[in-house]
Amino acid sequence: MSLSEVKQGTAGQETLPSLSIDLWHHRHVLDLDDFTREEIDLVFEIADGMVEVLSRDVKKLPTLRGKTIATMFFEPSTRTRASFELAAKYLGADTVGLDAVRSSVAKGESLIDSLRTLQALEVDAIIIRHPCSGAPYIAAEHLETSIINAGDGCHAHPSQGLLDMYTLRRKLGDLKGCRIVIVGDIMHSRVARSNIWGTRGLGIKLVLCAPPALMPHGMAAMLEKCGLQHVSIEPDINNALQDADVVMPLRLQKERQQSGLIASIREYIRLYQVNNERLKRAQPGVIVMHPGPINEGIEVSRDVAYSSYSVIEQQVTNGVAVRMALLYLIAGGKSR
Amino acid sequence: MTEKVLLTSSDIERALIRIAHEIVERNKGAKNIAFVGIKTRGVPLAQRLAGIIQDMEKVEIPVGSLDITLYRDDVSSLNFKHVVQQTNVPFDITDRQVVLVDDVFYTGRSIRSALDALIDLGRPETIQLAVLIDRGHRELPIRADFVGKNIPTARNEEIKVFLKETDGTDKVAVVSVEGENNELK
Repeated sequence: MSLSEVKQGTAGQETLPSLSIDLWHHRHVLDLDDFTREEIDLVFEIADGMVEVLSRDVKKLPTLRGKTIATMFFEPSTRTRASFELAAKYLGADTVGLDAVRSSVAKGESLIDSLRTLQALEVDAIIIRHPCSGAPYIAAEHLETSIINAGDGCHAHPSQGLLDMYTLRRKLGDLKGCRIVIVGDIMHSRVARSNIWGTRGLGIKLVLCAPPALMPHGMAAMLEKCGLQHVSIEPDINNALQDADVVMPLRLQKERQQSGLIASIREYIRLYQVNNERLKRAQPGVIVMHPGPINEGIEVSRDVAYSSYSVIEQQVTNGVAVRMALLYLIAGGKSR
Repeated sequence: MTEKVLLTSSDIERALIRIAHEIVERNKGAKNIAFVGIKTRGVPLAQRLAGIIQDMEKVEIPVGSLDITLYRDDVSSLNFKHVVQQTNVPFDITDRQVVLVDDVFYTGRSIRSALDALIDLGRPETIQLAVLIDRGHRELPIRADFVGKNIPTARNEEIKVFLKETDGTDKVAVVSVEGENNELK
């Protein structure tokens, strides 16, 4: 290494931590609607430290040694589950994974009984994904153990909402005035819902764009009622993408399209696919995100998904850092 | 609560100059030395020491900063209160003479954590410890190689280090808290 490199890399101006951990008030992480701005900033500040750990050759910490984190997935998942399990392991915790097909759930055990069993086994936190909206809330109501929602039905996916905003913050810095467009199946998207809450109070303009049949009824009224003035609805994708800084196409959830909400996938592609032609309306250097898994060539064209402006891979890496921060805050310390 | 100033700005400067000389003497030069400051106030101290040695020996000394939060032994306790900060050691510490720098040396638990954190980053040839203040009350078998000033204290006293970089001024003061015995960390 040359000297100039060393000099450039020396530790910069030292500052005292700007946030106190006393700002953190959560025993569970269920959705972002009850997160304060300071709590989100605290997660991000801790995630910055975790990103450095993830850049090391040996990513193993002793922080949560002796703690056990359980994952309980009643729905298929690759990245969220792997991401949470790696986050727990990098922090030194032990993990135990239950999936519904191979556990006693297949024998008819109820959700609460399965969770009570985990609690009796003295796990320190349970990460749960369930096809029914609200399932983690029921769990949190019945259990002492901390619950982290890893996606419940069409309702919420708070860790995804956090990692999306964290990725943008690392990429863009201040998000004030940033125009973010979420395109696609808003109706079935817990990611969109958590991002609606997660983008509050940052000066972001969030635009929801969906075919009318895939936009939940009463969305506009709901936004108004909740005081979410930063969110607007725009059914025309060309208008929505005008001057966009960030575009997030959502996965067209084929398993949820049996009821014929859209005429055909081909028509969806024609009218709503995010592709290079449509992105010409956006700001130069537009950022493309995707919560995954991608249906290549459906909601997003292949060349866009793998282009230089796609941050899809950074989202996955940052996801581990954000989840490490959440587990540190939830499982560090005795129940407070 | 009474506050008594123990070291002034020039006392601190003189102590650092002496420590810098001792470090160079002990290591027979400064060729292979690197400094790693423990957050928060160990970092500016490390930078100052590196600056003094750089002027003396005309070699570039790398400086890193270490956050030990993730290595603390009290993460599981009731009153853990630490926000994780970023570690920034932008050079390979393997086979170097690494000098760890902290402001106050007390129970030795922070240094224990720092040693674990440092060893996760590589395998230094040696690790030495430089501290501005040694106030005693060790709970672990750890000692410092370079000490700015030994200050015997009672456990209900608190040593406060102020540095220009973090606090706008340079001084070390002792604060005694009345009515609390041995409870203060």
